[in-house]
Amino acid sequence: MERKKTKSRREFIISSMRFGMVLSLGGVGGLAFRNSTKEQWVWQIDPFKCSWCGRCATHCVLNPSAVKCVHAYELCGYCDLCGGYLIPGHSARSTAAENQLCPTAAIERKFIEEPYYEYKINEDLCIGCAKCAEGCSAFGNGSLHLQVMHHLCVNCNECAIARACPSDAISRVKASGPYLMKGDFTSDGGET
Amino acid sequence: MKHITIILPVLLLLAIAITDQSHAQQRFPAPEFESGYEYPEVAAPEPRTLALEYVDVMVLLGFMLLTSWLVIRKRSRQWILWLSVLALLYFGFWKGGCICAVGSLQNMALSFSDPSYAVSYTVIAFFMLPLAFSLAFGRVFCASACPLGVIQDLVVINPVRVPVWIQRSLGIFPFVYLALAVLYAATGTDFIICRYDPFVGIFRMGAEFHLVILGISFLLIGMFVARPYCRFVCPYGALLKVTSMFSKYHLSITPAQCIQCKLCSGSCPFGAIEKPTTGKLMDDMKGRSGKFLLYAALIPLLVLVGGLTLSSAHVFLAKAHPDVYLAHLLIEEPAIINDPDNLDVQTFLASDRTLEELVVSAGEIQATFRTGTRYAGAFIGLVAGLFLVSQYVVRRRTDYEPNRGDCYSCGRCIRYCPVQKQDA
Ligand code: SF4
Ligand code: SF4
Ligand code: SF4
Ligand code: SF4
Ligand code: SF4
Repeated sequence: MERKKTKSRREFIISSMRFGMVLSLGGVGGLAFRNSTKEQWVWQIDPFKCSWCGRCATHCVLNPSAVKCVHAYELCGYCDLCGGYLIPGHSARSTAAENQLCPTAAIERKFIEEPYYEYKINEDLCIGCAKCAEGCSAFGNGSLHLQVMHHLCVNCNECAIARACPSDAISRVKASGPYLMKGDFTSDGGET
Repeated sequence: MKHITIILPVLLLLAIAITDQSHAQQRFPAPEFESGYEYPEVAAPEPRTLALEYVDVMVLLGFMLLTSWLVIRKRSRQWILWLSVLALLYFGFWKGGCICAVGSLQNMALSFSDPSYAVSYTVIAFFMLPLAFSLAFGRVFCASACPLGVIQDLVVINPVRVPVWIQRSLGIFPFVYLALAVLYAATGTDFIICRYDPFVGIFRMGAEFHLVILGISFLLIGMFVARPYCRFVCPYGALLKVTSMFSKYHLSITPAQCIQCKLCSGSCPFGAIEKPTTGKLMDDMKGRSGKFLLYAALIPLLVLVGGLTLSSAHVFLAKAHPDVYLAHLLIEEPAIINDPDNLDVQTFLASDRTLEELVVSAGEIQATFRTGTRYAGAFIGLVAGLFLVSQYVVRRRTDYEPNRGDCYSCGRCIRYCPVQKQDA
C-alpha cells in the first residue's frame, strides 16, 4: 500500500515535469519561429572588403580551399602587362612559371588580339591564395577576386575562414544571393 | 539659398561617384574588341538546393521513428546497429557532419540574440526533433541518428567501468559547455561546438591537425571508456539527458518482468544500468534527509556564487572575440604595430577604422559578456546545486532499469535478459 502511494506520487511528478518540458520546448520552438526564414544561409566573401591576406587558402576546412579566384572579365583591361599574372620585377614578359605570380600556375593566359590577353582561372589548380587578386587590385582593375565556390564549400555551420579573416570580409548571407561578384552591376550585389 | 538646394544633391552624387570609383578602380578601360571576342561566362555554381535540406529533415525524422520502433517494440540490437551505421554514412560521411542537432543549438541562440540572423526552418527542425523524441521515447537520436555518437559507439571494444562518482561529477561538464556555447553563440563571437567538434574532421577526411589528433584520441579512449564525448562533453546531450529523464516510453531491459538474475548488470558499456535499491541503502538514506534539505537550501547561494564567479572572468572570456582581442593587444602592447608579421594588426592599421572605434566596439562586447556570464554562471551554479541534491535522493527500484537520463537506447542490454516475452 505504502509502496503504491510513493509510486503514483513519483509518476505524478514525472508526468508534470514532462508536461512542463513539452511546454517549454514548444515555447522555445515558437519563439524561434518568430525570427526564422525558409531560406538557408551560405557564406559569402565581400571582395571589396577582402585585403588579400592569404588566410582563405590556409584556413578552409577543405584542402584545397573552397575559396577560388574568379575573374570578372567585364572589368578586366585585358592588359599585356597583367599585375595579377606577372611577378613584379619579372625578367621577361613570358608565360614561364618563374614569371608568374600564382604559386600553382592556375592562371591561363590567352592571346585574343593585339594588344589584349585574356586571363582565365583554372579552378582545379587555384588554391585561393589571393596573390593574383592583390596584384590585380594594386596594378590593374581589380577584376581578379576571391569567391566562396558553393559547389565545393560544405557550408560549415561556422566558416573557419570567416573566423580568421582579419578584414571581416566573410559573412552569412541568404542562399538565394550566394555571390557578391565584382562587376556584376545587374544584381543588387554589385554596389555596396 | 536656392543654389544650395541644387548644389547639395550634386555634391552628394559626386561623393557617391568618387566612392564608387575607389571600388571599381578602373585604371584601364575595358577593351573594344575587333575580333568579335565575347566575354566568357563567370562561373557562379549554385549551392545545395533547399529541397535537399528538407530531405535531410525527413531522413532524420525517418531514422528516429524507425529507431523508436526498434528500441521499444522490436527490441533488436542488431537492427539498431545497422541503422546507426547507415546514419553515420549519411549524416557523417556523406553530408560532412553539417548541420547537426548538436551544433544547431548555437544557431538557435544566435537567432534569439541577433535580430538580423533569422534561423532557417531546417535548423529549427534539427534542434527540436531529437528533443521531442527524447521526451517521448528516450535518447533514440543518440542511439542511431547522431553521427558523433554512432562513430564512438562503433569503436567500443573493451569498456571499463568508470567509478560512479567520477562518472557523475564529470557529467556536470556538458552543462558547463552548454552554458559557454550559448554565451559565445549569443554574443556572436564563435560557434565553439563546431570549432572543437572532434569528429567532423574525420567525416570530411581532413581538418586542422590538432582537431584530427583530438578526434583520434577520442576514438582511442572510446575503445575503453565508451562514448567519452557523449558522456562527458556533448552539450546537446545535456539537453537530451534532461528531457529523456522524463520520457513517456523508454527502452526497458526486460520484455516482461525482471527476475533479478543480474545477467544484464554489467552489460551496459556506459554504466547506465541501475540496480534495485536494497533495504540497507534505503535505511542509509533515511538519516540523510537533513543533508538533502541543507543542499536544497544552498542552491540559491550556488546560483549567486556561480554568477559572480563567471562574470568576474568576463574580460578574459570576451577576448575570444576578435575585436576585444585586438583592442587589448593594441593597448597593452603598443609596440605590436611595428610587427609586420602580425596580420590582424597590420590589416587593422591599413583599414579605415580608428583605434577609438575599435575600443568602443570592444567595450560594448565586453558589456554584453558581463551580463551573459552572469546568466551562464548562475545556470552552472543551479546545475551544480541540483547535482548535489540528487546525490541524496534515492528512487525506490525493485528491478534492474536503465537510468533514463544516461541511457543511449543502444539496445545492448536487451540481449542479456533471459526472460521471454509472454504472449498475452
Ligand atoms: S581571409 Fe578575408 S582578407 Fe584574407 S583573403 Fe580571405 S577574404 Fe580576403
Ligand atoms: S564554409 Fe567551410 S568549406 Fe566553405 S569556405 Fe568556409 S571553411 Fe571552407
Ligand atoms: S594566385 Fe592564388 S588565388 Fe590567384 S589563381 Fe593562383 S592560386 Fe588562385
Ligand atoms: S550525446 Fe551528443 S554526441 Fe552523443 S549521441 Fe547524443 S547528441 Fe550525439
Ligand atoms: S540500452 Fe541503455 S542501458 Fe542498455 S546498454 Fe544501451 S545505453 Fe546501456
